[in-house]
Amino acid sequence: MATTEAPRTRGTTPAPTIFRRPASTEGFWGWVTTTDHKKIGIMYGYTAFVFFIIGGIEALLLRVQLAVPDNDFLSAAEYNAMFTMHATTMIFLFVMPMAAAFFNYLLPLMLGARDVAFPRMNAVSFWIFLFGSIFLTSSFFFATSGPPVGGSLPGGAEFASRLGSGPNGGWFGYAPNSLERFSTGTALDYWSIGLQVVGVSSLISAVNFIVTILNLRAPGMTLLRMPVFVWMTFVVAFLLLFSLPIIAVALFMIMFDRQFGTIFFDAAAGGDPVLWQHLFWLFGHPEVYILILPAMGLVSEVLPTFSRKPLFGYAAVVFAGAAIGFLGFGVWAHHMFASGITPVAQAAFGLATMTIAVPTGIKIFNWLGTMWGGKIRFSTPMLFAIGFVSLFVIGGLSGVTHSVVPSNWQQTDTYYIVGHFHYVLFGGAVFGLFAGLYYYFPMLTGRMFSEKLGKLHFWLMFIGMNLTFGPMHWLGMQGMPRRTWVWYAEQGLAFWNSVVTVGAFVIAASVAVFMVNWVVSKRRGPRTPFDPWDARTLEWMIPLPPPVYNWAKIPTVHTLDEFWHRKYDEDDDGRAVRRPDHHEVLVALEYEGRNPEAEIELPSPSYFPALVGLGIMFLAYGVIYLDSGFGFALVAIGAVAILGSFVGWSVEPVEEPHAHHDDHELLESGDHV
Amino acid sequence: VNRRTRARLLPLLGLAFVLSSCAQVGVRDGVLDSFDARGPIAEDLAGLFWLVFWIATAVFVLVQGGLLYTLFRFREKRDDPAEPKQFEGSPVLEVIWTVIPVVILAAIAVPTVERVFKYTECAPDAMHVNVIGHQWWFEYYYPDHDIWTANELVIPAGREVCLTMTSGDVIHNYWAPKLNGKRYLIPGEDTLLLLESFPLAEGVASEEFHVHCAEFCGLSHARMRARVIAVTDAGFADWVVGQQTDAVEPSTDLEVEGLALFGEKGCSACHVIRGVNDDVVDNTVVIGPELTHFASRGSFAGSTLELSDPDALRMWLADPPTWKPGSFMPNLGLTADEIDALDAYLRSLR
Repeated sequence: MATTEAPRTRGTTPAPTIFRRPASTEGFWGWVTTTDHKKIGIMYGYTAFVFFIIGGIEALLLRVQLAVPDNDFLSAAEYNAMFTMHATTMIFLFVMPMAAAFFNYLLPLMLGARDVAFPRMNAVSFWIFLFGSIFLTSSFFFATSGPPVGGSLPGGAEFASRLGSGPNGGWFGYAPNSLERFSTGTALDYWSIGLQVVGVSSLISAVNFIVTILNLRAPGMTLLRMPVFVWMTFVVAFLLLFSLPIIAVALFMIMFDRQFGTIFFDAAAGGDPVLWQHLFWLFGHPEVYILILPAMGLVSEVLPTFSRKPLFGYAAVVFAGAAIGFLGFGVWAHHMFASGITPVAQAAFGLATMTIAVPTGIKIFNWLGTMWGGKIRFSTPMLFAIGFVSLFVIGGLSGVTHSVVPSNWQQTDTYYIVGHFHYVLFGGAVFGLFAGLYYYFPMLTGRMFSEKLGKLHFWLMFIGMNLTFGPMHWLGMQGMPRRTWVWYAEQGLAFWNSVVTVGAFVIAASVAVFMVNWVVSKRRGPRTPFDPWDARTLEWMIPLPPPVYNWAKIPTVHTLDEFWHRKYDEDDDGRAVRRPDHHEVLVALEYEGRNPEAEIELPSPSYFPALVGLGIMFLAYGVIYLDSGFGFALVAIGAVAILGSFVGWSVEPVEEPHAHHDDHELLESGDHV
Repeated sequence: VNRRTRARLLPLLGLAFVLSSCAQVGVRDGVLDSFDARGPIAEDLAGLFWLVFWIATAVFVLVQGGLLYTLFRFREKRDDPAEPKQFEGSPVLEVIWTVIPVVILAAIAVPTVERVFKYTECAPDAMHVNVIGHQWWFEYYYPDHDIWTANELVIPAGREVCLTMTSGDVIHNYWAPKLNGKRYLIPGEDTLLLLESFPLAEGVASEEFHVHCAEFCGLSHARMRARVIAVTDAGFADWVVGQQTDAVEPSTDLEVEGLALFGEKGCSACHVIRGVNDDVVDNTVVIGPELTHFASRGSFAGSTLELSDPDALRMWLADPPTWKPGSFMPNLGLTADEIDALDAYLRSLR
């Protein structure tokens, strides 16, 4: 108990202070001040989805530009800003926060807890993410981007157009191109500082999730009785914890090079540009697994439920996930096979990369084993989970072809790579996240989505995704380098490029179907019954949508797939048999879930997490304009907001005094560690 | 279109798409097609790719086939009350599907490692060329012949050429896909890349290969291309002699005017023409390509424009940043007459 933020210790009346905790949990301020992990998860989800749309529009603009040779739909600066921000947005502002939405929403429900370990820190990580991503994206309104020093832009312009003034050094920001001499203007300052801010948010979450998983599990939930999704969250949290400091250091170095005249990466002054690559990919490769493991976790929840069988080889899937996370730190230089690293290093990193295929294969085969012998129901979440398995196999196999170093010399920096990682990140991560969104839609809303629209969404997205990213493999091997704003007719790539562009619009159509389904079903979908999927795990044992306190009574866990075993026995063949009291169990659970025996103590809302996030945004703007008084003023405002919040955070009362203040016995029922 | 016609139309359209796609897969007319290997190294790399590709294809067919079979066989059937057996795993299977991939990967690892070491060292008898990357063009220096040139790398066909590469500004990446894979050009560092073309067929004087910068290097990365021209040994000897001579004297009035403009308009501050301004500048300090034998090259502006196009050079001279945003060659505000004169003079520099 000592590790939880102490809302549950009570009994003494807090001294009244000038800092009051917000009283209401309703309306706009209810959301701004909330410390409820479910509300925070929902805010993460919607914010991430907005950025999915923004990143998607960027992708469509890229594909329009590349549909025909020597196109002039976008200028060079605009194209470069689009591909930089498409990747930056999709990775840092969509997939990671969407995964965080699931972590936040589900973790306490799956663990049998009432919230995460540090509710206010949870809120602060959301607000820092929100304001950081607004800051990063605002570069399209405020940043400037000029030619390299000594070069000139078309028409003698000083800066590129508004759209062309977004960050344009690539999401990988290779030095020295990202240094001030080659990337003039403030665009890359927005990029480096924005990523820094968003990274802080993830780091805070990582610590919070690790502590939550280690300390807030319900009685009886040993580590090897945790749902696979929780395990994958656990691995991801450690990956974040160890990899984010590396990119933080690298981003500080590049920020110092740009803003304060250091020379870490400036070869002309004796710095080392390859050092940036090592630091970036030492973060960047674990990052790949940060993006994919949450989706693997979701799929590992969906497949057993819709196959009506336990996950095949639970322990193997868990350890394979941990192994992928571990090996992920030892393969970074496979992004640098063309950089002239020594042959010994090339061989070593090539072999290390191959080994990752082994745990990945174990996962795939276990998912197949889960479905084998089952009773497979093709609901929308299941379709997306199956799509994940199928597409991820393709991405995995093309990944193995990259580890063959001499082949990689041809493949690297071409569309072959673009095709590969979209199979992993779109076919993998995005399909997994959509599987999760559909699977948990009834929990989130208490209503059911339209299966018809869901299936239309799946098939459009599945076809669109293969049309878009499949031909990219051919394009790459047939001579289409990445990140080029135009290609030329002699490259002979017209057919596949037009197919790819059509495919991108099919994906866009599928997303539109999803949005319609979501909005309409959320309002008018049929009410879901308790336990709509006949699910297996703890989080479905509570009423839908979950009450604010999650658990009226903290459950005791006896086995993996606890919920299933309360509903089903096994006959002599090992076949599942519905228990005679099946119905009564469900009725009792729902009744119990809605009617807590005593008042339940929950973390109070607070103003300060949002204020910290806002302050950090001011600080970030201030650093960019530090050469003027305006910048200093922004830094001062930000610093006051942050430091003031820290003070308020420390001294605000644990809760406002209220009527039921002396229910000491609650300490027992609410204390579940 | 009624329902039945539409039902027949859809598969037909699908079939048409699949057929045209298949036809496209075999097409090898792209100038940067890495499958169309034109030298022993690229051929070896492509061979390795196809080996791994077919192994991966076999795995793909097995796994996806297994998936489809599982989905079909174990789909939920109407009115089937039986629940599935709740088996939780099989240690034997876990071991099997751990070991089989390990064996396959080990088989792939052997030729991989062997080639890594094979192609990262130059043969003792290789010809050496230094390559310097610039935003956005490649510069070459032939140390054995003291020749500076740009964009087009002339090499003797069938001989190993060893490129020692570096960059004058940001990181670039030299990719001649028909001859070898990629290698970065990094400021402050030297990297090595081997190129070798097949010997030319009887009666063929030269073969041209396209090159593209493959590392994002700023605004005009897409306009950073180059060529490799493989010629016969005799052709190479002739080329060396030609390059080592000074620039020809202008012969027409227009060319004479062009030469004068080369000095007046500031061109000579950034470009060397031997016999004209090499007494005041040399290639280690200037920032534009050497122009002494400009017209001996077929392409210019990072090999993105063809000299055979009568208007391309005029278009370039009129406003370089429009073609290459960020260009270090500014819009010089030349009049149409001045552009004609420079065009004539530059085209005379054979």
